[in-house]
Amino acid sequence: MLHLTKGRVGCLLSRRVVLALTNRGARMSSHDHHEVSDKVDMSQPMYWDRLDTPLPDRPWKDVLDSTDKSLKQKEKGPWTALSKEEKIALYRLKFNHTYPEMKRPSHEWKTVIGGMFIVFGITGLVVLWQCHYVYPPQPHTFGEEWQAKQVQRMLDMQINPIEGFSAQWDYKNKQWK
Amino acid sequence: FSPVGKMFRAVVRLSTSGVRNLARTRPCYSAPLSARCYSHAKVETDEEFDARWVTYFSKPDIDAWELKKGMNTLIGYDLVPEPKILDSALRACRRLNDLASAIRILEAVKDKSGPHKDIYPYLIQELQPTLTELGISTPEDLGMDIL
Repeated sequence: MLHLTKGRVGCLLSRRVVLALTNRGARMSSHDHHEVSDKVDMSQPMYWDRLDTPLPDRPWKDVLDSTDKSLKQKEKGPWTALSKEEKIALYRLKFNHTYPEMKRPSHEWKTVIGGMFIVFGITGLVVLWQCHYVYPPQPHTFGEEWQAKQVQRMLDMQINPIEGFSAQWDYKNKQWK
Repeated sequence: FSPVGKMFRAVVRLSTSGVRNLARTRPCYSAPLSARCYSHAKVETDEEFDARWVTYFSKPDIDAWELKKGMNTLIGYDLVPEPKILDSALRACRRLNDLASAIRILEAVKDKSGPHKDIYPYLIQELQPTLTELGISTPEDLGMDIL
């Protein structure tokens, strides 16, 4: 017996596809949530909703009740005799999602962006803590007074007088250009 | 000098001469018509491709597996099938008493058209006689083209 736990199939395909692939939806009318992991029996024909593979190995609803069976019987006759509702019912017996339903947009992007911001926030908190507790005190050369004296010294030395630092200083009027 | 170095130099010399030999013996035609070295395999024309697929789906005793395999393979190709192929496939669905798959096929080719929104209406226009004859409703008729 080939059994594949949901987790392992999840490695091969995305979890969303796995949920679509499990035969629980068609087979079970009552939901049994006692199982921790749902086993997909890979030795049986599988159902899938895929844009690139329109016809899966088995129909969505395998177990047909009497109304379904009589509808399937009517399907053997001319399809012009079927009403729209019957045609839709026949489609829903064989398939789970229509193409537009397969292609419906999900709200996953909100989870992703939200998760990103949460991570940024936590990182920000970590950085704040580290600024306070980890970093040593700033060197004295960063202080206002020292910086002012440093700028004056650089101007006195005429650092980059043509296109750089001192070029921006108006020596005549003793101000920045 | 180390013998390894000498060996390496010898290998390099051999390989460069080998490359030259290869260039000399490659069968490149210098004729003006076939200036490129394309493969000489026969390329199937579009008509041959279409005919092959129409024949595939026209099999009178086609079974459900063959229909599934055919359709899944066809949708896997980088093309939108011609109306005649789809006509043949829809008739195969009729022989198999499978309306749901017929509607699914129509949905699939609409999706295959991708951004080219004019292909699907053309296909439906070409298939309309078959659709009315067999009684296949399009997904639009059934309201299944919207969520």
